[in-house]
Amino acid sequence: MFESLSDRLSGAFKKLTGKGALSEGDVREAMREVRLALLEADVALPVAKSFIDRTTEKAIGAAVLRSISPGQQVVKIVHDELVAMLGGAGAGTELSLGANPPAVVLMCGLQGSGKTTTTGKLAVRLKLRERKRVLMASVDVHRPAAQQQLATLGLQAGVDTLPVVFGELAPAIARRAIDTAKRQGYDVVFIDTAGRTTIDEAMMREAEEVSRIVRPNETLLVADAMTGQDAVSVAEAFGQRLGVTGIVLTRVDGDARGGAALAMRTVTGKPIRFMGTGEKLDAIEPFHADRIAGRILGMGDIVSLVERAAETIEQEDAERLAKKLASGRMDLTDLLSQLRQMKKMGGLGGLMGMLPQIGAMKKQMAEAKIDEKLLGRQEAIILSMTPKEREKPDILKASRKRRIAAGAGVEVQDVNRLLKQFDQMSGMMKQMNKMGRKKGKKGGMPALPPGMGMPGAQSGAQPTLPPGLGAGLPRLPGMPGKGGFNPFGR
Amino acid sequence: MSWFAKLKQGLARTSDRLTSGVASVFTGRRLDAAALEELEDLLIMADLGPAAAAEVAQNLRRTKFGKDVTELEIREALAADIAKMLAPVAVPLDIAAARRPFVVLVIGVNGTGKTTTIGKLANAYKRAGKSVMIAAGDTFRAAAVEQLQIWGQRAGVPVIAKATGADAAGLAFEALEQAQQANADILLIDTAGRLHNKSNLMDELKKIIRVIKKLDPSAPHETLLILDATTGQNAHAQVKTFSEMADVTGLALTKLDGTAKGGVIVALAKAYDLPVRLVGVGEGQDDLQPFEPEAFARSLLGL
Repeated sequence: MFESLSDRLSGAFKKLTGKGALSEGDVREAMREVRLALLEADVALPVAKSFIDRTTEKAIGAAVLRSISPGQQVVKIVHDELVAMLGGAGAGTELSLGANPPAVVLMCGLQGSGKTTTTGKLAVRLKLRERKRVLMASVDVHRPAAQQQLATLGLQAGVDTLPVVFGELAPAIARRAIDTAKRQGYDVVFIDTAGRTTIDEAMMREAEEVSRIVRPNETLLVADAMTGQDAVSVAEAFGQRLGVTGIVLTRVDGDARGGAALAMRTVTGKPIRFMGTGEKLDAIEPFHADRIAGRILGMGDIVSLVERAAETIEQEDAERLAKKLASGRMDLTDLLSQLRQMKKMGGLGGLMGMLPQIGAMKKQMAEAKIDEKLLGRQEAIILSMTPKEREKPDILKASRKRRIAAGAGVEVQDVNRLLKQFDQMSGMMKQMNKMGRKKGKKGGMPALPPGMGMPGAQSGAQPTLPPGLGAGLPRLPGMPGKGGFNPFGR
Repeated sequence: MSWFAKLKQGLARTSDRLTSGVASVFTGRRLDAAALEELEDLLIMADLGPAAAAEVAQNLRRTKFGKDVTELEIREALAADIAKMLAPVAVPLDIAAARRPFVVLVIGVNGTGKTTTIGKLANAYKRAGKSVMIAAGDTFRAAAVEQLQIWGQRAGVPVIAKATGADAAGLAFEALEQAQQANADILLIDTAGRLHNKSNLMDELKKIIRVIKKLDPSAPHETLLILDATTGQNAHAQVKTFSEMADVTGLALTKLDGTAKGGVIVALAKAYDLPVRLVGVGEGQDDLQPFEPEAFARSLLGL
């Protein structure tokens, strides 16, 4: 979501890095662009102003002017300030559920901000990660079929929902939810409230009453990352009247610049705990201010990439692969499992979004027409092979290739291309294997197939631009170089 | 309550903020550079976006700069400017009788109020004596179909639906077939909310349109993009992408009954020249109204 802001900021900083030394005028000029970028990114005006004031003050001064690389220094100052504003104590922390179950989590927000979906996601998260017994209850008696929506989500998610009693009012449902949770020994109960405008006095009073009844351990404000300047009013109203304890930012997978996050955080003074990253029930992640700020500045989200990769790759697969790698022998079945892992991590798009320089790169990707469907097609090719063919691709001659191409719905040259990639890859494996014996084993992610335009492949967190895409990128300060991720150089 | 009263009530908070600001800036004071900047800030806070805010403020500079002005004059001048910018795009939806059934495809990102808007539209057209059908095309979100069925019952309008998870394009096709057989005046097609940057979901939308065209090459006769007034500058990206992908022919601005200002519509009107068909001012059946630029602009400025 923050790519566009990254674009703007990289523009502003390119000007800075073009010059050897920074004057106060330079900083102020850059900050004007930062201000504009923030406003276009929907950062609320007062918040943007205080951000600019603070950063300008810090940027103008000896440290910057005498610094060897002034541009990098300014990037660091802006980045640090963003981190400080977005983060602080409690950002990205798990829910605080207290010592005495059932813990109560109250969900609130405007209409259409994503409360119900977020409720489902958080419930699944608690159920799977912490083995909690979770109950969900919708007290939305206003929108047609709202309670049914939660019930359906519950079925999909395998999380219990409070049976719907037709005609029951919100406070009564809330009471019943707490009673049920106590009686039936639930650890956590989510109360999903109706969406409401903050000036609808009757609705706000209803929410207050529900809150008094359920005495929540956590009150989460669910806010859309696309929110504009209204973020201030929303944060103020829900913050004051319901005592919000944390924020969940939804639709982070959109392309909104997400300035609302800054405003919500600043106005409520409460941490952003989670962010919603997709329509599926597992598409929720803890909010990481440093990573997001890094993304804002175009430095990517490498840590998150590595973590996600680690979570997604099944242990067995990894072990099997490690063995094969060690022996220097791999076959197409291994390639298949790698393709599938990549798909799980969100495909090329999802993966790319977490890497630095993506703002500029995405445009180039679009121009270069790199096909997102490539992964699926390559998977289909391998699936059209017999086990024997997968094991020994050498036996693939013209007629087998024709059969495979027909089976996968591709051309024979697509099959050839895949085989060539596989050849290159196994060659590289052998090389790495030799190196590995010399230098000792390297950790990190298993290598991804070369020639697929995958940056950041080889050993964990060193992003390398795909060949042909690297040229012509704007040179930015803080491009991670060799030897690990250090956005600010040395 | 008249729609104007409702809109005015809805915009009251906005106006309060905007006008109390304007009042503090311009109680009989000279309009100088500092005053203009403050004014620009106020417009930015109404979600006009920095560019449109600057332009509106510059306009004021041309006509009133250096003069002693009162708060009321400024408000009048601003409202007039904004109304003028909006006037060309205030074109209500005209259900052409020659197109039968008149197919309205309702699209937008998640949570903007597509389903609710369809419910209100169905009610309005039904009461105007039209025969209306609804296609519950949001086959993805849990209970979206049920939500629309309740709206259909309220309005007394048949809802064509399949189970959640069904193919949306297939449903749209069948719904249009049925609407043609029933000789309905209007078919309203709901779609699942989709973020405009997800190409697979946008492809799905294109497929729905492609499939509808097989039955009626002129359909959809209106492709209505629903925008949430709470949305900030991302509305630009939404309008741009949905227009490219689905040939949007009209906009509806929902949730104007909250504190959200919807000022982005001013910038959108300038940039895209798309008609604004409707505004949503509440969750009731009647809370859908035509877009009236003068009233909108005046309400926005508390006049």
